[in-house]
Amino acid sequence: MSFSPNIVGFACQWCTYAGADLAGNLRCKYPPTVKLIKVPCSGRVKPEYVLQALAQGADGVLVGGCHFGDCHYKDGNYKTKHRMDLLTKLIADMGFDPRRLRLEWISGAEGQKFAKVITEFTEELIALGPNPLKKEEELINE
Amino acid sequence: MSEKIKVGFLLLGGCAGCEMAVVDLSEKLVDALAHLEVVFWAPTVADVKYHDLEAMDDGYIDVAFIDGMIRLDEHIHMAKVMRKKAKTLIAFGVCAALGGTAGMGSLHTKEELFSKAFKNTPTTDNPDNIYPSPHCLVDGKYDLTLPTYEDKVRTLNQIVDVDYYIGGCPPHHSHVEIAIGALVSNQLPPKGSWITNGKAVCDVCKRNPTRNGNGGRIMVDKVLRMVDGVPDENVCLLQQGYLCFGPITQGDCGGSCLNVNIPCRGCGGPIPGNEDYGAQALTSIASILGSEDATASLMEKYPNLAKFFYRYALPSGTLPRKM
Repeated sequence: MSFSPNIVGFACQWCTYAGADLAGNLRCKYPPTVKLIKVPCSGRVKPEYVLQALAQGADGVLVGGCHFGDCHYKDGNYKTKHRMDLLTKLIADMGFDPRRLRLEWISGAEGQKFAKVITEFTEELIALGPNPLKKEEELINE
Repeated sequence: MSEKIKVGFLLLGGCAGCEMAVVDLSEKLVDALAHLEVVFWAPTVADVKYHDLEAMDDGYIDVAFIDGMIRLDEHIHMAKVMRKKAKTLIAFGVCAALGGTAGMGSLHTKEELFSKAFKNTPTTDNPDNIYPSPHCLVDGKYDLTLPTYEDKVRTLNQIVDVDYYIGGCPPHHSHVEIAIGALVSNQLPPKGSWITNGKAVCDVCKRNPTRNGNGGRIMVDKVLRMVDGVPDENVCLLQQGYLCFGPITQGDCGGSCLNVNIPCRGCGGPIPGNEDYGAQALTSIASILGSEDATASLMEKYPNLAKFFYRYALPSGTLPRKM
């Protein structure tokens, strides 16, 4: 069976989640690889959530927020940016490919961008292969 | 008090610094010994062997302190033996509680660590590439064994149930005094908790901006390391750009490092309600960075963020080792 990545998506309720909604209304096609979790703000995404997703076998993690200047809480997405930059470096130091964590700004009007991001991210993850932790588990199970 | 409380100390993968903190109680330890009977203290202080512990009845020791992390099969075995013999088990110091600095070893393979330790250090002369191995036959008749090396560092509670945790590298002797006082007067908190005052290092730090009136959040634009200058002794280190983990670390130490102009690196353990120390440290540091330049300068100054944020807590983290 071909590998279909498992993406955990954290979507800010004001922008990216609305963007995902719009992608549905526009009948945009994108792979069924993302499990979206609605959060009040991308700044609400603690690094623990991302690490936990990777530890439990997610192949990729998407964090979606509003464009700079659009944050409902003024500066939530600036905090997200700093945090995710450091976190990307941290997961690289922990031995993961940093491309497994993706930060995107998708507004409520960008349904097509949402579909494009998911398509691109899925292709990238197929090229990267499954989460290395999952491989270890399979080896143990064999 | 009619009968003395029987206590035991066991050192696993540690440096015995935590046990030095007990000895540092000096006269107070002598007073406490009126209520305590040390029945086991190995391998550092008392002349007892592991088999002496194995020979004790189950539950014979009232309170056992274990310091050090778990890396060898010997550590795993002794931790399990101690758990059986002790009614109450305390993970004493940050190594037993969270993994300690030795936990950063999990970011390297066994081969990397062994070649560094036994081959590639400038002071090591090992032309025959001799490495320790679990079995060794000497003169064809002496079959000697060494403990085997596990693939990663573990914390004590990943092996056995732990009743209480005490942070610190080592725990400050004044905090050890409080812990032993609570033990003697039977005023221990609910099982599974940390023995702590529950306050952050900032709460006890003399530089706390809310205390000396130059409060308000100051965003950091330029990250500094200790080699970049000498911080002002009266101003919060975070306000000066020196990254300090005081806000998220338990302040049972009384802010000892801050008193000597050194930033907190989190040996006290996470403040209550936080599971993953390094992730919390990342959140807290990221939220004071004022610009992308500051983030970039942090990553430039600290080349390995896993070793920076998880200085004392890697084995207890969500991702406990390098993939």
